[in-house]
Amino acid sequence: MSRTGTRRLTACAGAALSVTLVLSACGGDIEESSAGSGDAADCEDLNLAVNPWVGMEASSYVVGQVAETQLGCTVNYRETKEELSWAGFGTGEVDVIIEDWGHPDLEKQYFAESGDSSAEDFGPNGNDGIIGWYVPPWLAEEYPDITNWENLNDYADEFATSESGGQGQFLGADPSYVQFDEAIVDNLNLDFKVVFSGSEAASIAAFQKAEENKEFLIGYFYEPQWLFAQVPLARVELPEYEEGCQEPASATDCDYPVTTLKKIVGTEWADSGDASVALVENFEWTNADQNAVGAMIAEEGMSPEDAADAWIEENQDMVDSWLAS
Amino acid sequence: MSATATGDGVRTAGFSAMFRRAPTWLQVAVILGVWLAVWAVLKGTDTLFLSGQSKNDLHDSLGDWKDGLIAGRDSNIWMQATAWIGDQITTVGTWLQELVSQPAFPRPVPQIGWLGVVAIAGWIGFALAGWRIALLVIASFLSFGVLGYWEDSLDTLLVTLLAVAIALAIGLPLAVLMAKSKRFTATLRPMLDTLQTMPSFNYLLPIFLFFGLGFPGVVVATVIYATPPVIRIAAHGLTSVSATTLEATDSLGQSRWQRLRRVELPMAKSTIIVGVNQTTMAALSMVVIGGFIDSPGLGQPVLAALTAQQTGDGFVAGVCIVILAIMLDRTTTAASEHGERVARAGGRNRTRHRLVVAGTGVAALVCVYFSRLYSGLAEFPNITWGDSLSNAVQSFADSFTSTFDTALTAVNEGVTEGVLNPLQDLLADSPWYVTGTAIVALVWVLSGVWPTVVTAACLGGMLAVGLWYDSMLTLAMTLVGTLIVMALALVLGVWMARRPRVDLVLRPILDAAQVMPPFVYLIPALLLFGFGRFTAILAGVVYAAPIAIKLVADGIQRVSATTVEAAEASGSTPWQVITKVQLPMARGNLLLAANQGLLYVLSMVVIGGLIGAQALGYASVLGFSQSEFFGKGLAAAICIVLMGIMLDRVARGAAARQTERAAATDRMLVKTPIPAAPTG
Repeated sequence: MSRTGTRRLTACAGAALSVTLVLSACGGDIEESSAGSGDAADCEDLNLAVNPWVGMEASSYVVGQVAETQLGCTVNYRETKEELSWAGFGTGEVDVIIEDWGHPDLEKQYFAESGDSSAEDFGPNGNDGIIGWYVPPWLAEEYPDITNWENLNDYADEFATSESGGQGQFLGADPSYVQFDEAIVDNLNLDFKVVFSGSEAASIAAFQKAEENKEFLIGYFYEPQWLFAQVPLARVELPEYEEGCQEPASATDCDYPVTTLKKIVGTEWADSGDASVALVENFEWTNADQNAVGAMIAEEGMSPEDAADAWIEENQDMVDSWLAS
Repeated sequence: MSATATGDGVRTAGFSAMFRRAPTWLQVAVILGVWLAVWAVLKGTDTLFLSGQSKNDLHDSLGDWKDGLIAGRDSNIWMQATAWIGDQITTVGTWLQELVSQPAFPRPVPQIGWLGVVAIAGWIGFALAGWRIALLVIASFLSFGVLGYWEDSLDTLLVTLLAVAIALAIGLPLAVLMAKSKRFTATLRPMLDTLQTMPSFNYLLPIFLFFGLGFPGVVVATVIYATPPVIRIAAHGLTSVSATTLEATDSLGQSRWQRLRRVELPMAKSTIIVGVNQTTMAALSMVVIGGFIDSPGLGQPVLAALTAQQTGDGFVAGVCIVILAIMLDRTTTAASEHGERVARAGGRNRTRHRLVVAGTGVAALVCVYFSRLYSGLAEFPNITWGDSLSNAVQSFADSFTSTFDTALTAVNEGVTEGVLNPLQDLLADSPWYVTGTAIVALVWVLSGVWPTVVTAACLGGMLAVGLWYDSMLTLAMTLVGTLIVMALALVLGVWMARRPRVDLVLRPILDAAQVMPPFVYLIPALLLFGFGRFTAILAGVVYAAPIAIKLVADGIQRVSATTVEAAEASGSTPWQVITKVQLPMARGNLLLAANQGLLYVLSMVVIGGLIGAQALGYASVLGFSQSEFFGKGLAAAICIVLMGIMLDRVARGAAARQTERAAATDRMLVKTPIPAAPTG
């Protein structure tokens, strides 16, 4: 086909296509929604961040499904790492981070006090975040003294793997989680090397396998997490957390503090008066609630939407309390 | 005193003269021997180890630079310009999505329903490349729906085509300039070289900073990544138009513009389309990796499957990517052949062809019309074949891994303990100055002066950004991966070259494997071996093997039949023919295969940071993940670029040197093909 032929053809095809699009604007069984999308008070788009751990997925989808089915919002899930989610407030790509584990550096950058005020704190979401060092239950049973950090060096050889270069292996987590384990290992003179698993699922798989095959494994883990229902990991005692023992990060020689998990939202969205704002503001549930939804997603293989719907059906009272303004 | 000094001097001079005269393998052995001896004494000192979640001042200041940029989002002219560009891209992207894949408010469905989309796509396939391709396109689109990834597949296609359109708009004029101006070529070529040695993953971090999440980030990254192939190949096509033709048409008195439009572009058309094909495939692989920065499309389900270890889901999404890749590859390739066939056909056939195109076009529009009216034709029916496939794969995978767990672990630990760890100890646990000197010396011996200079500069760069230790870990993984690739390539390449029937079977498989985006390979590797360095290496091996095998096979096939016959007539066994005649004569190609192997494995080892590959890959992922570590991620990106350039120059230098020697000794010039950059 010659060049002019191609061009003419493209032009004709384009014109014909647009005529067809206009012609078929009405009729058929597709109903256009009227402006304002339904009866619920003006709810438009709600952009929920989903960071890479199942617990957060559970919280986000429960809020999202309530917003979609009971408020009539259009919900978008933004699957990114934490840092990218925070950056998304300023551009309107993200409205809500439903579970934040504490990011002083990001708060400095995006909160009103010292940053560009694109984000603000919307209060606790009811979950308590516990981060720490864990071993599989069989290990704690067989060697009770292993749950104290002071005895870890006695077992370092047992923990060694082909990845840890002669030292004991400490399984670090997803790179996007804030972790002080390398510093702790260093400062407590432990003969261990931190090896990063890369993702939550990889860590879970490792702990499951270690319990099943009675292997030595120690690593970073956290609650709320559905795995505890299946494999009740035992916590290893570290020197107790005290104010300032993580300052600077490289001098950390203590356990992780308990974190009150909170909701972080985009300022612009919070000021929009959207119906979903009240929902997110009122949202609060327990670790057990989150673990129930998380287990449905990760263990039973349900889609997050279905898992959220199943929980919502059982717990409409709590949902109603979030919806009451 | 002076006597002794002179004596030493003489002895040193004698040694260095001997060293210079020694064969290459002996020189290498001497360097390695000295290195090992020094390592035994000094190991563990001055390794410049920097633990995973710590950083240095340079990383901090790079991070501050980023914070400054973000804080100045509303005042910085650059940030405003990029935000404006980003807005335009988002507008076009969203418009395209509402046309075919996302609900177009106030409609609950897209403007064109699935039936209309399939019809239009099939029609485009028909008009561009004939009915076979039309069938392929229709079958591909239907399979996206049947597998349950209709929207994601269309989104991937949209972003890819949008990026390709921009890439061609930028790339073709640059190609013309390159073909016309030597000086322009001289400035552009080093830039293209650098861009083409850079793993795709590396583009994301800096581009995310300026263009943000979603459409803008991924489109810009894809354009930058996918434009170089078309510039290169189209420029090559334009410069190869025969001088006689140009003279003949010039004598008719045409302007330069006429000459370009009427003669050069049409004559270079088929080469240019090869470039378009390469650009399209590169774009697809980038769009998939773009899932990291929230690109719409199939990258996200793959990424989600990787982090959740839902191998079944990842597999199904991967199948859609593969179908998409084959469809795009076949369509672009067939379009050039088809165009020529139609153009060559006589006047009446042409008219008939136009009538058929117009007729099918009307039929496609009728489909569009109905797909706008009925929701059953608008929303793809909910077919759960994808779920069944996912479950089947998942349960197969689970039973496979639990049955062979011991064997798989043994393989993993065998390679890790037997090869990877020792090499890593030598590279990373020697003091940095020892490793550095040894590498520079090896390159000097193997590749000559210019690569040595480049190597020294690149190593200096890694040192300067403070990631020496991690760089050495990544280098060790890349080298081990490349060794495995070369072993595979030698065995299979020789087999293919000597048995035409094997070639007939293997080649199409290798061709198909080559169009696959690298991301896809992580899924089966992770499935079999769990997280760790070996898994990333294995994925890299699978990714790099096809091109390396083909290069080796081609090199051996090019050895003249007469030479082989002569060797056989003089009583050589097949083993002797292979080792004494065919492999030595194909060594130029072997080294090119090693070059490609290095670059491909490197790009995969970096993506492998996601599945526990540690080192530079981990630092890159960390850079995306935590704002505090952005600077470290950027430094890792710099190291990866430097490593790519270094490995590329070293292998090319060695190839050039071997080819020279081969030419001198064998009096037979092995023609070296232009090395292609990895598409990953």
